[in-house]
Amino acid sequence: MASAPAQADFKTRLQNLIPKLVLAPSLAVIFLFVYGFIIFTGYLSFTDSRILPSFNLVGFENYSKLFRLSHWTTSITNLAIFASLYIGISTLIGLSLATFLDQKIRGEGLLRPIYLYPMALSFIVTGTAWKWLLDPGIGLEHTMHLWGWTSFHFDWIKNSDYAIYTVVIAAVWQSSGFVMAMFLAGLRGIDNEILKAAQMDGAGNWQMYRRIILPQLRPAFLSAFVILSHLAVKSYDLVIALTGGGPGRATELPATFMYSYTFTRNQMGIGASSAVIMLMTIAAIMVPYLYAELREKK
Amino acid sequence: MKLIKQLKLSAAALALSATAAAAADVEVLHWWTSGGEAAALNVLKNDLEGQGIGWMDMPVAGGGGEAAMTVLRARVTSGNAPTAVQMLGFDITDWAKEGALANLNDAAAANGWDAVVPEALQKFSKYEGNWVAAPVNVHSVNWVWANKKVFDDNNIAVPTTWEEFEAAMATLKAAGVTPIAQGGQPWQEATLFDSVVMATGGPDFYQKALIDLDPEALGSDTMKQAFDRLGEIRANVDDNFSGRDWNLATAMVINGEAAMQIMGDWAKGEFVAAGKVPDEDFLCFRFPGTQDQVMFNADQFAMFDQGGVVSPEQAALATAIMSPTFQSAFNVVKGSVPARTDVPDTDFDACGKKGIADLAASSSSGNLFGSLAQGYGAPASIKNAYYDVVTAFFNGSFDSQTATEELVTAIEIAQ
Repeated sequence: MASAPAQADFKTRLQNLIPKLVLAPSLAVIFLFVYGFIIFTGYLSFTDSRILPSFNLVGFENYSKLFRLSHWTTSITNLAIFASLYIGISTLIGLSLATFLDQKIRGEGLLRPIYLYPMALSFIVTGTAWKWLLDPGIGLEHTMHLWGWTSFHFDWIKNSDYAIYTVVIAAVWQSSGFVMAMFLAGLRGIDNEILKAAQMDGAGNWQMYRRIILPQLRPAFLSAFVILSHLAVKSYDLVIALTGGGPGRATELPATFMYSYTFTRNQMGIGASSAVIMLMTIAAIMVPYLYAELREKK
Repeated sequence: MKLIKQLKLSAAALALSATAAAAADVEVLHWWTSGGEAAALNVLKNDLEGQGIGWMDMPVAGGGGEAAMTVLRARVTSGNAPTAVQMLGFDITDWAKEGALANLNDAAAANGWDAVVPEALQKFSKYEGNWVAAPVNVHSVNWVWANKKVFDDNNIAVPTTWEEFEAAMATLKAAGVTPIAQGGQPWQEATLFDSVVMATGGPDFYQKALIDLDPEALGSDTMKQAFDRLGEIRANVDDNFSGRDWNLATAMVINGEAAMQIMGDWAKGEFVAAGKVPDEDFLCFRFPGTQDQVMFNADQFAMFDQGGVVSPEQAALATAIMSPTFQSAFNVVKGSVPARTDVPDTDFDACGKKGIADLAASSSSGNLFGSLAQGYGAPASIKNAYYDVVTAFFNGSFDSQTATEELVTAIEIAQ
């Protein structure tokens, strides 16, 4: 009978071991391909790499060059404009749409997928479609002129100063439906009893939203912010399809800057340093935010 | 089928000699995917297949070859370089510096390349005195393509000086025709600026500023004047140019919506494809002020080193590329001119004949210059820094003074 406990012991040990064994390969892969390459990129940013990686250290030269480039300054400014407007407007529109849809209206089943649908498209498709819509020669302006409104003027996409806002328009169109879905799920999760109790206590509609519903949507705000901000920072395909970084270099973002310096301009060192700066930027925003949010839960 | 053929070939190779392990195929990475280009490349493919060498096509679409260069980098890094790769200018030098390219001296000596390839071009086909690439063609960028009917209707003669060019633009604008059709991509704006710099400062200035990258010349008043002239040309372009492809701009000239396009000789292919005849329907002339100069770029095929030796297939491919019959047949289709100066011009049209004569003349008089915008002036990093400044100016972000200053800084950082 001595073997039975040993067997059970082996079984439990195996049971404990299997999840770890199954997870180990993917963990190793993630460590290598995500964190390993982050370290590698960080290392490259201190080397004189050009066409291929080189291991000749040059200190902070790439960073000092990077911040002297007017092209990089443009990219950073564009990201600030784009990210703040994109996140702000998407959240606002998403929240309003969700609130309106939550009024137990008829046809919600039809409206919801209509708003959500743009998310099913890739940014390349969105970019191309909006490129045509916004092009003064064939799109909106042209159509208005054909309809007789000849003073209509909308050529932002061709204007260096306004082109970045057209990127915002296309990106907001793409994402607000998705934000709406997230908020809608949040709204549905709110206990009806609390709302009824509030109504009984004589709370108005506005008060109910401000004091009960919005605070309870906090997790939804967090997910929306996290998802939208990483979409904003890694925006590449939308800009490429919509404006190609133009007119001139007016809509370049750090992601397009990084790609072109690393892979087509043979300046891998500067490209790597811009990638590191991007990572630092995201970390600087996300880490305190996540820290604050997650700590409060406990 | 390809696999079977490959198997057969390698079986044959094994039977012939146990040591010759290389498969008798050439894998060619290129970005000639448009109809005319693919047809032109077929000439080469058939030639090689006649010699029993299989052709493994590896096209990576994207004009200018940026995507192809990215693929190449991945292939080389993983130790699986293609046999031959289409390349431009300084990319060849950059790869040669990495020691990745095969030495073609034997093929070059056997076929006398040194005597027939223009010297300015040899600088790029050779690295440290050794042939590393076989040039297929020579394109030149300082061309103006004009709609003859529009010119005749407005009584405009071919302008030969900047002042005449200015007057022609003014006349056309007054007549309600868009004087200049321009595509709105950085490389197109920079290609135009190449010609403007050459016309404004002359060949010595061009050499000093855009090839030797002398900061003084780059920041000089002459450069500022060149930017001013570029601004004048910009004022004669329609407002909807940004993002436009070069061939759409060519179409505007073909349809008579615009009078002229300043573009390399690949634009001729569009006119020919539309059934237009040189000197009857359209005119080709050098950008005013650059009549004696040819600013070139050239497509070349570089062979990648396959273990320290040039395989017989690579030598055969290089020899086939440089043969006068292929150079003629290919370039008639492509719109460019042969990379060797001894190819007869009988099969070429009027513009092609003029291009061949100009190339020979400019090569012997020392007026043949690489185009910076096309990667024949300086390495990719500098070329792109140049694009940044020119396109920002052309799209109105800088005035000419700022642009001149920015050009000095941008090129200094890129070096």
